[in-house]
Amino acid sequence: MILAPVVPSRLAELSSLLRSMNEAPGAVDPNNPLVPFAQFDTLHFARFVILDDQTVGDLRIYGFPVRHHPLYLAFLADIDGEEEVFLNELVRRAPDGLRAIFSCCHGFASDTDLMSWIKLLRCPASAAYVNTRGRTVRRIREEAALQDAIESHLASQASSFESLPPRKIHALLKRFVEAEKSAGRLTLSGEEPTPVGWQIRKILHLLGMPLLLLLISPLLILIAPFYLFQLRRLEKTDPEPYIVDADDHFNALAESEDHDVTNPYSALGTLKPGLLRLMTLRGVLLVIDYATRHIIQAGRLGRVRTIHSARWVLIGGTERLGFFSNYDGGNEAYMDDFINKLGFGLNIFTSNGIGYPRTDWLLLGGSADERRFKEFQRRHTVLTQVWYKAYPGLTAVDLERNTRIRRGLEFSSIGEEEAREWLTLL
Amino acid sequence: MADPAMTYSLVDYADVQGLVRFGYGRMTSASYALVCVKDVAAAKAWLQAAPVTNAVEKRPPPSTALQIAFTAPGMKRLGLPPAVIDGFSREFRKGMTTDYRSRLLGDVDYNAPEGWHWGGPGREPHLLVMFFGEPEYFDSFVQSTKGNTWSDAFEHEVWLGTSNLDGDEPFGFADGISQPEIDWDEQRQTPCKQLDYTNIVALGEFLLGYRNEYGKITDRPLLDPDATNAELLPAVDTPEKKDLGRNGTYLVMRQLEQDVRRLWNFLYEQADGNLAEAAQLGAKMVGRTRAGDPLVPIQTEPITGTDPRTLKQNQFTYEADPAGTRCPFGAHIRRTNPRNSDFPERHPSALRRLIIILGFGRKGFYDDLTSSVRFHRILRRGREYGSELLPEEAVQSAQSNKSTRGLHFICLNANIARQFEFLQSAWIANTKFSGTTGESDPLLGNRKPITGCPVTGNFTIPGDGTLRRRVSDLPQFVTVRGGAYFFLPSLRALRYFAGAS
Repeated sequence: MILAPVVPSRLAELSSLLRSMNEAPGAVDPNNPLVPFAQFDTLHFARFVILDDQTVGDLRIYGFPVRHHPLYLAFLADIDGEEEVFLNELVRRAPDGLRAIFSCCHGFASDTDLMSWIKLLRCPASAAYVNTRGRTVRRIREEAALQDAIESHLASQASSFESLPPRKIHALLKRFVEAEKSAGRLTLSGEEPTPVGWQIRKILHLLGMPLLLLLISPLLILIAPFYLFQLRRLEKTDPEPYIVDADDHFNALAESEDHDVTNPYSALGTLKPGLLRLMTLRGVLLVIDYATRHIIQAGRLGRVRTIHSARWVLIGGTERLGFFSNYDGGNEAYMDDFINKLGFGLNIFTSNGIGYPRTDWLLLGGSADERRFKEFQRRHTVLTQVWYKAYPGLTAVDLERNTRIRRGLEFSSIGEEEAREWLTLL
Repeated sequence: MADPAMTYSLVDYADVQGLVRFGYGRMTSASYALVCVKDVAAAKAWLQAAPVTNAVEKRPPPSTALQIAFTAPGMKRLGLPPAVIDGFSREFRKGMTTDYRSRLLGDVDYNAPEGWHWGGPGREPHLLVMFFGEPEYFDSFVQSTKGNTWSDAFEHEVWLGTSNLDGDEPFGFADGISQPEIDWDEQRQTPCKQLDYTNIVALGEFLLGYRNEYGKITDRPLLDPDATNAELLPAVDTPEKKDLGRNGTYLVMRQLEQDVRRLWNFLYEQADGNLAEAAQLGAKMVGRTRAGDPLVPIQTEPITGTDPRTLKQNQFTYEADPAGTRCPFGAHIRRTNPRNSDFPERHPSALRRLIIILGFGRKGFYDDLTSSVRFHRILRRGREYGSELLPEEAVQSAQSNKSTRGLHFICLNANIARQFEFLQSAWIANTKFSGTTGESDPLLGNRKPITGCPVTGNFTIPGDGTLRRRVSDLPQFVTVRGGAYFFLPSLRALRYFAGAS
């Protein structure tokens, strides 16, 4: 993520530049001349969002003066491979567009070197979730083409498959796909091996974190009672204002949503004052980061299967946290999943934000107060000005289906049970 | 001695409009008047005198009934202060026809509000006046209820007639078989996690001012007490305030025109001219046979809250049909009520629960894809309109006249966004429901391509060890012809509206 402070007097210009990248509100032109997203083969999602946080004043609830934060423009991209490679490509393909956009930001002049400027403003995520690591844009497209080809083939020859047993259908389709590949009409590249460097880093992290935890555990045990006492005190006494989202804000968000089966989610909020909340959030982000890297199963964030990617980013210091995700379905359904399936995972970080519904022991309560929670999240959502997705019309579940179809074809022969299950995917 | 708990009733039925509790099935005649207020004083006078039927059970049952609901523009016209109207839900206040709501509900193209017969942008009615009656009393009831002042009070009337198809909807399938059972006396402790499908639903899902399925009270207007609202009941969670919503609820109305000829000709063609097979395909699309029998077997284990009279058609879930081989995932009744619970497995141990919550449960592609239904139930109160057209006639005769038929869909719910709109958008119109793709509701879908998916007109019947059957190019069978969101107030709130200055 790149975080660039906007020059206030240039905000209108910036907004209109970003608007010009869309065909309609909420629908980007993938080939727009400013940043032609469609040209990038390794780009899953991208967004430009002005982090116009209407809730900064909430600190007043605690009697604190409102802090002045710069108004940031954030650029986020979900990519395959190394960030460095992507940034180089970005600067190469869209130099003029990026210059036009960033010229509305502080510290950018006509002679600024684009690449060094971008690197300077990089703002790493504290934690990130990806639905299925290693599933590249290229594979997603190849697998979608495979599914399409099988679908058309079956549509044209449905009757000849009608009464065949599963293994026979599997064998016939495998032969069809092989023929399509030979004819150059289908490409199915193998799954690329994970780079060695990446794997080593992963193992080091996998072992390092528990080791570190073990080392500091005496200290943790010592402070645990004080921590828990103080946490419970705060959970019981923190102000819990119920502020309903303003209609204009709500409507602007709604107008920009549901143009595709997937939607962007950009939200940010201010942390409750005090060291305990900051330390809690820091600790929780470490846990989330560890879990998303090493524990979470592909395709499933807990029980939720509709999230393509998510990231947690501290915005310009440690006072505000941003949460950005790409999810399938409407906002109401997304929140429904959060409340009913993943409430604990949401409470554990969001409860450190001002105004969140009261939690118990960080995990319980909170989002279970449905109305309060829904208004809270809507108020903290910021309008995503530009949003790009490389594979419109495909949900995370679609991607999983297509991957399962492809994997099922990799076996030269397949058991009866597997064949039956594979057949249900078609 | 009678158990006091048995006679005690939490809800003052005399304050609730009867439609929440009864469908008025014996009153087979019904008309809905959508009207605008012409003269505020005359309208208020008429409302004050209107004999609105309450929910008290009467013996013998009444032979006529009158119910009244209001749109947000209607409240404004009657002079309700903006601050009061602002207390109602966003969906209700903004109405059914905003751009994003149309996108959400599938009201685009042929369904677009611009083409509606009533309720389109700028044409929202103010009031919905619903007349019910046994046929012999109906006409005189309507006349006497309208009285002499009706035409002074109201204008731009749209009268929607209804017809009695003996329990079938116009496509020829038995309708209205499954309804949630309201927990009127809040006997059921709202669970943190509901582990079995139950047909009992919290009172607060259908009536404002009571606890909903989350154990919370849905937002509604709370007023500072003053002379105008002295009669209103206090809010149970904030007793110092008057609760304008209490004992009221939201009423969603949509006119759904059904092209019976088109449906049956399509099925008939698919079945190569065999009407029995056409009916079987139709049953797959509905999820029930024409007689109303579900496609999955009735279970022996009881389901709480199932009406004993409908056990043979309602005591079932899809647990024994996880692959949709009996009842397709996309079938209308499986989409609109997946009959699931909060958890993908029944009665898991604490450890198993944790495993599932953390995402290490079953790994099947179709596992755990559908939201828990208890947060998305609606109470259906719609009625059919138009003349009956049997399937046999529909496939044989060419269209002889322009007669139309369909359903005046009406549902009651306390949270339009979470109940009706979720159901309509995430389940009915969604082309990605429960692991399917390229298909929306086989009866109600608008078949419009979505970004990246040119095809949405399929219907898939999963095979049992065979290749699925995919029916393609389903035409649009149902067209939306009108719609609006109303508030169905309590009788106390109604009197407050009638007196609002």
